[in-house]
Amino acid sequence: MNRDIRQVAVLAGGISHERDVSLRSGRRVADALKQQGIEVELIDPNHTLFEQLKNRHFDVVWPVLHGATGEDGTLSDLLELAGVPYIGSASGAARLAWDKPTAKVLLQRQGIHTPKSVTISKETFRDYGAAGVLELIEAQLGLPLVVKPARGGSAQGVTIVTEPEQLAQAMVSAYTYYEVALIEQRVVGTEIAVSILDTGDGPVALPPVEIVPRSGVYSFEARYNAGETDFFTPARLSDELATKVSQNAVLAHQVIGLRDISRVDLIIDNDGVVWFLEANVVPGLTETSLLPLALESAGHDLGWVYATLAATAAERSRSSADDSDNPDRGNR
Amino acid sequence: MTTTPHNSTNFDPWFANYADRTAQLSASEVRALFAVASRPEVVSLAGGMPYVSALPESLVQETMQRVVRDFGAAALQYGGGQGILPLREQILEVMELEGIHASPDNVVVTTGSQQALDLVSKLFLNPGDVVLAESPSYVGALGVFKSYQADVRHIAMDNDGLVPDALRAMIQRVRNEGKAIKFLYLIPNFHNPAGITLSWERRVEILEIAKANNILILEDNPYGQLYFDEAPPRAIRSLDSEQVIYLGSFSKTFAPGFRTGWALAPHAVREKLILATEAAILSPSNFAQYSISEFLAHSDWRKQINTFRDIYHERKNATIAALEQYLPKLTWTNPNGGFYVWLTLPDQVDSKAMLPRAVKELVAYTPGTAFFADGQGTQNIRICYSYPTPERIHEGIRRLATVVNNELDLLDTFKPVTAPIRQIKPEDRVISPPPNIG
Repeated sequence: MNRDIRQVAVLAGGISHERDVSLRSGRRVADALKQQGIEVELIDPNHTLFEQLKNRHFDVVWPVLHGATGEDGTLSDLLELAGVPYIGSASGAARLAWDKPTAKVLLQRQGIHTPKSVTISKETFRDYGAAGVLELIEAQLGLPLVVKPARGGSAQGVTIVTEPEQLAQAMVSAYTYYEVALIEQRVVGTEIAVSILDTGDGPVALPPVEIVPRSGVYSFEARYNAGETDFFTPARLSDELATKVSQNAVLAHQVIGLRDISRVDLIIDNDGVVWFLEANVVPGLTETSLLPLALESAGHDLGWVYATLAATAAERSRSSADDSDNPDRGNR
Repeated sequence: MTTTPHNSTNFDPWFANYADRTAQLSASEVRALFAVASRPEVVSLAGGMPYVSALPESLVQETMQRVVRDFGAAALQYGGGQGILPLREQILEVMELEGIHASPDNVVVTTGSQQALDLVSKLFLNPGDVVLAESPSYVGALGVFKSYQADVRHIAMDNDGLVPDALRAMIQRVRNEGKAIKFLYLIPNFHNPAGITLSWERRVEILEIAKANNILILEDNPYGQLYFDEAPPRAIRSLDSEQVIYLGSFSKTFAPGFRTGWALAPHAVREKLILATEAAILSPSNFAQYSISEFLAHSDWRKQINTFRDIYHERKNATIAALEQYLPKLTWTNPNGGFYVWLTLPDQVDSKAMLPRAVKELVAYTPGTAFFADGQGTQNIRICYSYPTPERIHEGIRRLATVVNNELDLLDTFKPVTAPIRQIKPEDRVISPPPNIG
C-alpha cells in the first residue's frame, strides 16, 4: 500500500496560538515520511493553499495544524470540497471533538465519566453579574476547579483554581483564548493519554502513557520543554485498569466519529474511576508529544505508520470517489 | 529520549546534568505565541529588526565582491581574537561621532554587541553579584545577566533617563545588604525599550556617582546615530576612559546579518576580553569584518545612516499618530530616535496575559515584563516601529486598540469581584521574541 504514496503535503503552522507546536509537529512528520522515501512538501497554509494543492497533485495531504484552523472541521470541509485526500477526521467529528463541552456530553451519554462542569460564555458574566455567577459556580462545583477555554489545546489558557479569589483571574485567562470557558471539577489522580491509531482495520489503542509533570501541572511549558515531565509507557496500571482506560479511549474515538489518529486524555482517580477530559483531533507529533512516544513504545516505526496512514487516506478517497452517489460521503 | 526498565521516559536524558545557570533557558507559552509574528497577515510591532531593505542591494553586492576579490584568503580564514586592525581603526571614526577618542588597541571586535555583553558579564559576574540596570532594561542584556546568575536591580527612569537619586539609594541599599555591585548597565540613547535619552547633565552626574562608588559603567549604544532631529549628548565614555566600557554595533547602522559589534574597554579589561572571546569563538568572523570595513571605506555610510534616520523618523511619526488616533487615553514615550515607543496601559491590564488576544487579532507586541528582571512591566508594551511600513504600523495600532478595548471590557466585567486582578510574578522562562521576527 505504501508504494502508492509518492508525494505528501504536510500542512503545518497556520495562524493560531499553537502555530509553534504545529510547525514542530509538521517538521517531525515530514522527516519521518521522508525516511520512507516519500517526497514531502511542508506547507504553511495561506491564501494560495488550494491553488498549490490543485497544481501539485499530492497523493495525500496531512494537516498537522493545531488550534482552530486545523481542528475545528473547517479545513476538513474545504479539503473534501476540493476533493483532496487527507489524513485526519472528517469535519463533523472534528467539530464535536474540538468543542470540549460537546464532546463531554456525547461521552456522558455513553456512560463514560467526565468531571462535572459548567460551560459559560464571557457574555454571561456581563449579563448576569460576575460576582453572582462566580459564587454560584464555586458553591455548586466546589474547589478545586480546572478552568479552560472550551476550545483550545496545549493547555493554553488553563488554570487550576484552588482558592475562590483565583477564579475571576482564571476566567479572564481562559477568555483570552476563546469566548467560552469550561469550568470542571478537578479530578486528582493519574493523568493518562491514550493514542488511537486506525490504519484501516478499526481503531486500536496504543499503550497508555502516564504523565508525571515534575512541577505537578502538565502546563504548556511542561509539555514542550524536554525534561520537565516524566512519562511511563505503558502506564503503571493494573491490567484491568489498563484495559478499561484503553476501552474508554477507543469508545471516545468511535462515539465522536474520529478517524485515523487521535489522542484521548483521561484521569484515573484514586478510586480507580476513569474520567474523560478531552479528545484531540490533531494530536501533537513533536519530539515531546505522546502519540509518537506511544507508537514507538508499541514497537512501531513512525515513518512506516505515517506512510500507512497516508495510504489509508488515499485509498479512502479513491473509494469515496467511487461511492460518489452516497449522500453521507464526507460527513463521516 | 531514554527509557528505563520501569518504562519511564524523559525526553531530555541530561535534564539533571545542566548547570544551575541554565535554569531559565526554557521557552514559555508566551514566547511560543511569537511564532505567528512571522506570518504576513500579522502586524508585528514586537521584534527590534532594522529595516535592512533600505540598504541598496547593489551596495552590499559590490562590497562583498570586493572582499572576495581583494581579501579572499584572509577573509575566509581565522583571524585574531581582537579583530582586524583596519576595522578597529574605522570604529574609532564611528565613535568620534559620539565624542569618543580612543586607541584601536582598546577596541575588541565582537560577534554583535550582544556577544560583548556576554563577554563582559563572563569577566565580571559571579553568581549573586549585583548588576544595576535601568527600569526597564534591554531584554537581551537581562538574559545574559541572568545566565550568569546575577542579581539585577532596576533603577527608576524618568523622561531624562536614569534618576541619579534613585541610583544613589540603590547603591546604598545593596551595600547595606553586603552584596557586590559589579557594574551599572545603561542604554543612554533612545533606550530599548523605553525610547528615552539620558540627558547630558545626568550623564555627568551618573559618572560622578559611579566614580565615587567605584562602579564600572557598561554603556551600550547601538542606536546613538539614529537620531531624528538632533544628535543625543556625547557618550559617557567621552568623559572618562577608565570608568566605562562602551559597546557599539553595526547592526542598526549597517546590517545585523553581519553580526559585528565591539567593546571599547580600559587596557586591562581589554586584555581579558580578548582572551575570553578567543576562548568562546576563537575569532570574530573575518568575512564579516572585511565586509564592514569595505563598506565603511568605499561607501557613503553617513548618507546611509541618514537614509535610515528618515525612514525610522517617518515610522515613529506614524506610530505616534496612530496611538493618538486609536488609543488617545493611554500614555507613551515619544523618542527622538531609535526604534521604540514604550506604551503604558490602563492600570488593570496585563500586557503579557493579553498577548493571546492580540495574536487572535493579528497583531504582535513584546509585553513589558520581558524588560524587567523582577516581574514589573505588566502594564507596559514595547512597540517597535523600525520594521513595518507606516501603513502597517497604522493598522497594527488599530488592531492593538481593539485588543486593549476588548481586554478592558472583559476586565470591567470582573471588576466588582477582584482587585487587583493581575498577579505580578517574576518570569523565569524566556518570554521575549526571537530576534528574527518582523
